[in-house]
Amino acid sequence: MTTAITMIQGLKTRLKVGMEIHVELATRTKMWTGAANVAHPDHFGAEPNSLVDPVVIGMPGTLPVMNKAALEMSIKVGMALGCEIARFSKWDRKSYYYPDLPKNYQLSQYDLPICGEGVLEVPISDAADAEIRPVRITRAHLEEDAGKLMHEGPGGRPIDYSIVDLNRAGTPLLEIVTEPDITSAEQAVMFGQTLRNICRFLGVTEGIMQQGHMRFEPNINVIIEKVGQEYATPIVEIKNLNSFRAVRGAIEYEHHRQVEQWLDDGKVLTSGSKSTRGWDDGRMVTVLQREKEEAHDYRYFPDPDLVPVTVDDAWLDRIRIDIPELPQARQARYIEQWGIDPKDARGLIEERDVTLYFEAIIDAGVEPKRAAKVIRNNLAKLANERGVLPCDLGITAEQIAGVEKLLTANTISSNAADSLYALCLDSDDEPAKLAEANGLVQVSDEGALDEWVAAAIEAEPQAAEDVRSGKMAAIGRLVGAVMKLSKGQANPKAVQQKLREKLAQ
Amino acid sequence: MNMDITQSTMIELRDAIAAKQVTAHEVTEAYLQRIAALNDSLGAYTQVFAERALQRADEVDAGKVTGALAGVPIAIKDNLCTTFGRTTCSSKILEKFESPYDATAVRRLEAAGAVILGKTNLDEFAMGSSTENSAFAPTRNPWDTTRVPGGSSGGSAAAVAAGLCAAALGSDTGGSIRQPAALCGIVGLKPTYGLVSRLGLVAYASSLDQIGPMTRSVSDAALLLDVIAGHDPLDSTSADDDARGEGVDYLDTLGQPVDKLRIGLAKQYISDANDPQVNAAIDAAVAQLREFGAEIVEVDLPHTEYGIATYYIVATAEASSNLARFDGVHYGHRTDKPEDLIDLYAASRAEGFGDEVKRRIMLGTYTLSSGYYDAYYLRALKVRRLIKQDFDQAFTQCDAILCPPTTHPAFAFGDKTDNPLAMYLNDVYTVNCNLAGIPGLAIPAGFADVDDHRLPIGLQLLGPTFSEARLFQIAAALIGDQPAPLADYRLPG
Repeated sequence: MTTAITMIQGLKTRLKVGMEIHVELATRTKMWTGAANVAHPDHFGAEPNSLVDPVVIGMPGTLPVMNKAALEMSIKVGMALGCEIARFSKWDRKSYYYPDLPKNYQLSQYDLPICGEGVLEVPISDAADAEIRPVRITRAHLEEDAGKLMHEGPGGRPIDYSIVDLNRAGTPLLEIVTEPDITSAEQAVMFGQTLRNICRFLGVTEGIMQQGHMRFEPNINVIIEKVGQEYATPIVEIKNLNSFRAVRGAIEYEHHRQVEQWLDDGKVLTSGSKSTRGWDDGRMVTVLQREKEEAHDYRYFPDPDLVPVTVDDAWLDRIRIDIPELPQARQARYIEQWGIDPKDARGLIEERDVTLYFEAIIDAGVEPKRAAKVIRNNLAKLANERGVLPCDLGITAEQIAGVEKLLTANTISSNAADSLYALCLDSDDEPAKLAEANGLVQVSDEGALDEWVAAAIEAEPQAAEDVRSGKMAAIGRLVGAVMKLSKGQANPKAVQQKLREKLAQ
Repeated sequence: MNMDITQSTMIELRDAIAAKQVTAHEVTEAYLQRIAALNDSLGAYTQVFAERALQRADEVDAGKVTGALAGVPIAIKDNLCTTFGRTTCSSKILEKFESPYDATAVRRLEAAGAVILGKTNLDEFAMGSSTENSAFAPTRNPWDTTRVPGGSSGGSAAAVAAGLCAAALGSDTGGSIRQPAALCGIVGLKPTYGLVSRLGLVAYASSLDQIGPMTRSVSDAALLLDVIAGHDPLDSTSADDDARGEGVDYLDTLGQPVDKLRIGLAKQYISDANDPQVNAAIDAAVAQLREFGAEIVEVDLPHTEYGIATYYIVATAEASSNLARFDGVHYGHRTDKPEDLIDLYAASRAEGFGDEVKRRIMLGTYTLSSGYYDAYYLRALKVRRLIKQDFDQAFTQCDAILCPPTTHPAFAFGDKTDNPLAMYLNDVYTVNCNLAGIPGLAIPAGFADVDDHRLPIGLQLLGPTFSEARLFQIAAALIGDQPAPLADYRLPG
C-alpha cells in the first residue's frame, strides 16, 4: 500500500485521520417519544420549541420508549458498512450538565453498540482511476441528539442570556466511528461523500449538510519523519463540521499547523494529550477550544428505564430485504452489464437522485450508454450553468427518451438535440412537438428542398446575383422566399446551406 | 345515612354508593370534613382538592362516571404526576410544579371512578423512612403523634390509618409502602416490578420503584391493585399482561384455603435485635398457619445481610442521575440572579434540595464515578443478582416467605435524624424485595405496647414475581377481611 507522503518544511509527513460521523436519522418521530422529528422532511425548519412534549423536556416522571424505526435504520447502515450487528445491545446514560440536554444525561450506547466492526471501500480521490482503499469502521451506536443553544434573539437581536430550542433534542442520532485509516483531506471528503450517498440510498437521512443532518468530527494527527526517526503529533479533534469544504479545509489546515507546532514545541502524542479545535469557516483556520481532554467523567451506567435490545435472525432478514442495491454495486453493474465507461459509471452513482434518474431514463427506453452520455454531457452542461443536479433540471425521463428517439431516427441533428433539451427545461411538451414547433426537424426530402431553392433563385434574380458576387446579406431574402414556398417546413439552416452551395458554383 | 362512612372499607363504600344507600357526594363530604378536622395536626395531606373531589363525586352520583371504584375517595402520594394541583415530591425544587400530564396509575384510578381527595406528604423525593425529610412539614403517626408514621409514603399511611381517605396510593423503592403501612397498622403492597406502570411516578430509583395500594383491608388492596396494574406501552419496563397470569383477578383467591401452601421462614429475618413483640407476631402467625394446615419450611437467604449496602449503592446511583434534571433551567425552582450557568445549576439545586436528597445524590455520583464504578456500582449489581438468586432458590421450597416488615414499631421524631445509617437500617427487612423485583405485602398484626402506647406492628409476606394473588390469599387467611382499626387518634383537647 502506498502512503501519501507530503513534504512540509523539508520534512516527510504522513497524515492520519479517523472520523466520527453523526447522522441524524429521518424517522417520523423522535428517538424516545412520539413528538415529531425535526430531521424528517415534514418538519424541516419548524418553529423553535414546537416539536416538544414532556419526554423531550425531561419532565418529572417521563419515560423513554425506543423508536424501533431508528434502530432498524441503524442496522441498515451497519449492514451497508459490513458491520457486525449486535444481537444484544443496551442503552446507557451519559451524564453531563448542559441546558440543551434537559435530563442532563444523554441516552446513548456505551459498551454494547448496535453495530460493530465493518469497512467502507472508498477511492482516495475523485480522479477517475483513483485507488480504492478500505476505511475500517470501528463501531456505530445510536443515541439522542441534544437541543440547540442560541445566543442571539430572533432576527439577530443581541441578548445577554441564551435561549434553548429543543426541537432537535431527542432526534435519533447514529454515531459512526472509523479507525484512523484516512491519509488525506481528499480521501476524507471522498469517504464522507460516499457515506452520505449510502445513507441517502438507504433512506435513513435526507443528508442535507446545511441542516446538520450529517456532522463530521475528524481526529487528526501527523507522523513526521526526521533523520530516520518517526514522531507522531498529538491528536486534535475538530468538532462539528457540516460541509465537505470544511472537512477538507480543516484537515489540510491541521496537517500544516501540526507540523509547524511540532517544529515549534516538539510535543508528541501521549495518552490524554488530545485537544479539541473548532473550524472557522470564514478565516479557513482551526481554533483551539479545549487544550486537554478534560477529566471528563460521564458516569456511564445502563439506563434502568429501558430494556436491552435483542435482535434475532428473522428480524435481521426482514431488515435486509429492505436494503436497496447500494451505489457501489450499481457502479459495477453499470460497467459490466451495460458497458458504461467507468468514469461515467462513477459519476452516475455519486448522488442518489442522479442515479435514480439515470435508471428511470433507461426504464423509459433509452439505451444505457446513451443515457449515461445524455446525463454526463448534454444535461451536465445545462445543470452546471444553473448550479443544480441534472435530475433537478425539470426534464423528465420520458422527454429524454423522446429526444433520443428523434435523434436515432435522424429526425433531428445532434446539435438540434441540445437545443431541444434546452427547450425541455421550460416545457412539459413532448420533444417531437417541441422540435416541430421550433423548426428543429431536419428536412429529409432533398428533392423538395432543391425545388424550393431553384424556385426562389428564379423569383429573386437580383438577390441571387448579389450573393454570387459576395454580398452575403442578400441571402436572407432568398431564405425568406424558400420559407414562404415551403410554408415554413424547411429547416432554415439547411436552406441557407443549400443556397450557399448553389450560388457558389 | 345509617353507615359510618369513614369507618368503612373502600369496597363497602363503593357498594353502598352503587346501591344508592349513600351518595358519593356524602361520602366525599364526610372525608373532607374529617380531613378539615384532623389534617392540620397529622400533616398527612399536603394538598386537598375539595372542590374537584366534590365535582367528581357529583358526576358519579349523576351516573356520568362509573367503574370499579366509582365514588371511592382516594389519596395519592405527591410523587405521582397529576394535571390537577401540584406535583411537589415534598421538595422545594418542585414546590410550584404543575405536571402537564397524569401518571398512568392516576389515570386508571380516575377511569375506574375513584374520587381523588388530595395528595399526601412524603420524604422528599421518596428518600427516607420517617417522612421527616419532607421539605414542608413532618407527618405524624395517628397512633401516637410523637412518633413518625414511617416513610417515605408516611402521608398515605397516616391518611388511611386515620380515616382521612378510604385508600391511598404509595410508592415503594426500598420499603416505602410496607414500612409505613406496618407502623400505621394498615395493608400495603409493593407489587412485582413491572406490574404497575411507572409513567408519571417521579423517579427515585427506576429499577426499584413501584406504585402500590395502601388500604385497610386485604380485599381493598386486591381491588386497588386490579385497577392500577396492567401493561403500559409508555413504560418500557412494564410487564406484558400475560406475565401476571391470564384472567387473574386478585379478589378471586381471597378466602381460599391455605392448607396446600408451604410458608417459608428465613432465619435471616428473625433476629434478637428485633423487638420481641415483632418476633412474637411472627410466632403467632406461624401457629395460625399451621393450624390452617399450611406447611412451614425453613429457607435460607444467605445474602440478606448485604441488602442494605447493595440497595444504597444501586438506589443512590440511579437517583443521582434521575435527579440531575432538576437544575432550574426548564422547570422547577430557579435561584434568583445567578452569576453564570454553573451558579444557576449549583444555587438552584442547593436551595431546592434537602440534606437527605443531597446526601444520596453525592453518594450515587461517587459510586458511578470512573475508578469507583467497578468497586461499587458493578459489584452491587452482582450482589443484587445473588440476592435475587437467594429468593429464586427459596421459592423452589416454599410458596411465600413470612417475615417482619420492620424490626420495631414506630420510633419517635428525631430518633434517627442525626444518624443516617441508623435510619437506613430501618429498611433492612424491606429492601431485598425491591432488589429482587418480587412482591411484598405488609399486613397489620396487632399491637405492641410501648411506653403505655398501643403501636401497630405488621407482618410481611414475600412471594415469587407475579404471585400477588397468592400473597393476598395468605394474608386474608391470617387477618380475615376485617378492616384494620382506625387509629384511636383524637384531636388534642
